[in-house]
Amino acid sequence: MFAYYVQLGLRSLRRNPALTALMVMAIGFGVAASMITWSVFRAVSGDPIPDKSTQLFIPQIDGWGPQQNLKGEPPDALNYADAMALMHAHRAVRQTLLYPVRLSVLPEGNRSLPVAARGYAVYGDFFPMFEVPFLYGGGWNAADDESRGAVVVLGAEFNRKLFGDVDSVGREITLGGHLYRIVGVTRQWNPTPRFFDLFSSSGFADAMDFYLPFTRALDLQIASAGSNSCRGKLDLTGWDSWLQGNCVWVTPWVELGSSADVARYRRFLEDYAADQQRAGRFGWAPNVRLRNVAQWLDYQRVVPQESRISLMVSLGFFVICLINTTGLLLAKFMRRAGEIGVRRSLGASRREIYAQYLIEAAMVGLAGGVLGLVFTVLGVSGVGVLFRPQIARLAHVDMSLVGLTMAVAILATLAAAFYPAWRAAQVQPAWQLKSN
Amino acid sequence: MQIKPILAALRHHKAGTILVALQIALTLAIVCNALFIIRQRLVHLSEPSGVDEASLFVIYNGWADQAATMQFDAQVRTDLAALRQLPSVRNAAPASSCPLCGDGDDVPVMLAPDQTQWIADPAMYAGDEQLLDTLGVKLVAGRNFRADEIGKMGSRDFTVPPVVIVSRTLADRLFPRGEALGKPIYMMSNTPSTIIGIVDRLQRQNVGGWTRPYAYQSMLWPMRPVSSQGLYYIVRAKPGQLAAAMREAPKALYAEDRMRIIDPEHGTLSFAEVRRRIYDSDLGMAILMGLISVVLLAITAAGIVGLTSFWVGQRRKQIGVRRALGATRRDILGYFLTENLLIGLGGVLVGTVLAIGINLWMVTQFEMARLSLAYVMTGVVALLLLGQGAVLGPALRASRVSPVEATRSV
Repeated sequence: MFAYYVQLGLRSLRRNPALTALMVMAIGFGVAASMITWSVFRAVSGDPIPDKSTQLFIPQIDGWGPQQNLKGEPPDALNYADAMALMHAHRAVRQTLLYPVRLSVLPEGNRSLPVAARGYAVYGDFFPMFEVPFLYGGGWNAADDESRGAVVVLGAEFNRKLFGDVDSVGREITLGGHLYRIVGVTRQWNPTPRFFDLFSSSGFADAMDFYLPFTRALDLQIASAGSNSCRGKLDLTGWDSWLQGNCVWVTPWVELGSSADVARYRRFLEDYAADQQRAGRFGWAPNVRLRNVAQWLDYQRVVPQESRISLMVSLGFFVICLINTTGLLLAKFMRRAGEIGVRRSLGASRREIYAQYLIEAAMVGLAGGVLGLVFTVLGVSGVGVLFRPQIARLAHVDMSLVGLTMAVAILATLAAAFYPAWRAAQVQPAWQLKSN
Repeated sequence: MQIKPILAALRHHKAGTILVALQIALTLAIVCNALFIIRQRLVHLSEPSGVDEASLFVIYNGWADQAATMQFDAQVRTDLAALRQLPSVRNAAPASSCPLCGDGDDVPVMLAPDQTQWIADPAMYAGDEQLLDTLGVKLVAGRNFRADEIGKMGSRDFTVPPVVIVSRTLADRLFPRGEALGKPIYMMSNTPSTIIGIVDRLQRQNVGGWTRPYAYQSMLWPMRPVSSQGLYYIVRAKPGQLAAAMREAPKALYAEDRMRIIDPEHGTLSFAEVRRRIYDSDLGMAILMGLISVVLLAITAAGIVGLTSFWVGQRRKQIGVRRALGATRRDILGYFLTENLLIGLGGVLVGTVLAIGINLWMVTQFEMARLSLAYVMTGVVALLLLGQGAVLGPALRASRVSPVEATRSV
């Protein structure tokens, strides 16, 4: 019966090619618009570190006070004093501080001009905490942090650029005029959005070139290449005055195991802030936060407004396309009331009529899905026109998007066909036969 | 034209009527909001920056050596001399950042040293006495910096200058009664800085997000940026020589000293490119909304054509009867046009409510402005006309139905 209904449906669709084409186009455009914007949205709103997003937390401490803070919220990063205090207290399973740096790489070999390299100053815990995958070697350990070791981990791309596809572990490299020993090379690694540094990046930057010890960076007085935000009176005359001030520029992260650990750490933060209040450093009650990755992404509104709006407008567009399809299917099915009447009086049940017309609609959905897929592939490759390059390049067509496109097209068309098919099944055979 | 019989007929195909009306309503709601977004984005991206965009370009110059501030200062001076000597260059200046360049500093301003709440949060450009001429901004009051007033700004160095030049927007924000010139202001410091000049218009480094309420609040500090993090060289080409100047300038800099970093791809940018980059998401949004609106209107029109054609086909016999009973072709045409107008009116009525509802929701979600009623009215008229246009073809076909049809049985 199924094959027969498919045949009937095809014949019916061929009878009004214009109407069929219109329905297929409407489904195709609707599903493509939704899928293109969805492919961008899922990339920018995804969980960058699914395994651990509930175990990684960013502590915030209000070092600015109620008059200077962000409408009651503590600043988005820490000042030097508070950051170091958290680090020295060592209350989490793993912990790191980080800030972005930009260092020069001098000409060497076939490169005749110096180039800039971007990286982060981090603690050794950074690598296991954020599950950084290694191609060669590995991160450094706590002893290197302590001894302010001149070691460095390179990104895959940067390693290839400097040394080619070879294991460079053990070699030395000059960054910003200082020598470092390479201890590891990461694989391609660029979690997106870059949850761990939303203070200095929009979350969608290029992969990093290198990672060096935070302690070493401080020794060399390497300034942050990222954001820096200060309050109150400011008189900076170089490195030391900057460290002593209330300028925030360090992002801390801690890894906590159980929810008891989280509660304990939160209490520790409050106690720390209370201590600072008692010591006279803070003239206000403790104001701290401890957000996990998901909460932090949400709080920082990392998903671009454009992406949200365009997804919603596209979905609205799709709904209209479906309403359009419902209307056209209704017209198409009801035009064949006579035919339905004949089939019904020859013994076809309502259920069979219903099935027949749903199958016909599913074929429209299938064709619409295929057309939508073509548009989606074209659209995703041209999405650079619509979104910022850093965001547009995240959109890609994969099997799940292909499957979703087809499934959405067919299911949505079936949903749109429910009412018209029901109407078709309600046709009274006697009525139709009489009027003929 | 009798409306009653039309309404009676519509009652016979409720579902079709409701579907068309609903489609018109949703189309109106989405197209109104899309057009409104397009308009807002286009207005935003065509805002002037205040600088001579046609002949400007910027070079982001990083240093390869992490040397002392003094050395950078000497290098910056030599670089500038080299740039200014180029035949295609009118002037060049060092700057800590530039309008629309994206990154840069902002410094809150207070009117008294003991104030805790700042009054304005302007963008700060540190540069020398040639920066004004290089940018091509007009001094509307006071004077430019003198060469002997230019200090230095190193890494993590924040010392307020004794004199500043402010944009008119900033001056008006600080001193609404227009007496900004010569007044002291306080910038995170107990030391006052005196406003010695006011420039006509100067945009911030950034134009989106939190900076929106502070648009055009900018100021110039008399300081050469000499930090190890590098600086911008802003270059103003002579008329018509932008391309030549953009080719020559990086070469001239490398000829001075090779120990610098100018990104081969993004290091030298014409101001047109700078502008394109900062507004690219606005343009993308406008294009996307435009595409969706056009396709949406086309699909809605096609849907109306399809459904009306079906109705005409269904009613050929009735039309034949009406024609046989003396209805003119014009009557039949009028019937279908009026029918569509009635459905359309129902649709736009619901659509208006929806459009405003969606906008109000977006206002709460996306800090968007209120939809002006002009957009809704334009949308209403456009959709009614679209409906009439779409129905015209099937209606004309209906009007050509011969009275003979009344006598046929099928």
